[in-house]
Amino acid sequence: MHRTRVRIVADVLDANDTIARANNEDFEAAGVSVVNLMSAPGAGKTALLERALPHLGVRVGVLEGDVQGTLDAERLASLHVPVTQIQTDLGFGGECHLDANMVRAALPEVPLDELDLLVVENVGNLVCPAEFRIGEHRRAMVCSVAEGEDKPLKYPLMFRACELVLVNKIDLLPHLEYDLDLFLANLRTVNPACAHLLVSARTGEGVEAFRDWLRAAASPRTPARPPAVAPGVPEPAR
Amino acid sequence: MHELALAESVVKIAEEHADGKRVTKVELAVGALRQVVPEALAFGFEAVAVGTAAEGAVLEIDEVPARLACEACGAETERSGFPLACGRCGSLDVDVRSGEELLVLALELEGERDPERRA
Repeated sequence: MHRTRVRIVADVLDANDTIARANNEDFEAAGVSVVNLMSAPGAGKTALLERALPHLGVRVGVLEGDVQGTLDAERLASLHVPVTQIQTDLGFGGECHLDANMVRAALPEVPLDELDLLVVENVGNLVCPAEFRIGEHRRAMVCSVAEGEDKPLKYPLMFRACELVLVNKIDLLPHLEYDLDLFLANLRTVNPACAHLLVSARTGEGVEAFRDWLRAAASPRTPARPPAVAPGVPEPAR
Repeated sequence: MHELALAESVVKIAEEHADGKRVTKVELAVGALRQVVPEALAFGFEAVAVGTAAEGAVLEIDEVPARLACEACGAETERSGFPLACGRCGSLDVDVRSGEELLVLALELEGERDPERRA
């Protein structure tokens, strides 16, 4: 049988990125800044948002991605911020992350006209969400000290995708054999430009600095720069 | 398991370009920095290709090494993974020139156009 070779050169993520651009145009048209917040399961994304969103002073909404259920959305809705739930188990091969199309399908339910800032709480996962842009302006992640210092080296794709790492659960430091300097050195080896904030959703420590970052992210013409950057950590590249 | 979602996308691209023919091989370029597990991608591809023009096709994965251009010493060096440090002077101030690709490069197609099959 006759076989022919056809050259194509097509980006595998092009279909997703095309939809992500359409999402981004909708966000821009509505004047909404979008933060894609990612982490491993249990790092404390929802807990941090519960702490940070009250008293933020900007009109903020949350798009909540979960494989199953509405537990996180219920927690956040009790703060009286508009929350839209996306359940990813309807997708095939996309259960473990949000992609641009899932976000697009949810957009009619999001009151963009009433918002300055939309935080997308991605599905807890350190691999897949890094690969799929959803039309966001900024990407941040939560990494708790309970996860160990080696995570940037094990999941470099995720740590490279973000401009801010929120090092959460620092109230646990006295109880752990966790070397914060080693974690930050590991972060620098995969993403030298990445900034970080030390936070505790439990005690509230560092949360005001996260609020400042979110406020800066919400003003489209103000570049968001985390204020509390440890010595030796370069500012995020712009 | 982002490989399954990536495999879906690869099959879609293959179908779009198959022109109604059977796809016997898909050539893929995968950058070393993409954290793609070739076996997982091949497994996912085999599964999602069932019932499409790419069913049974061979997935050929070429890994593209990371090439770094050093801003400090100017050297261009190759790395197989992290840390992304210059191979000559060790500086982390590098520009990634390759290693982040995720491309369908080419297809091998067999036979005449199948009128029953959607292009």
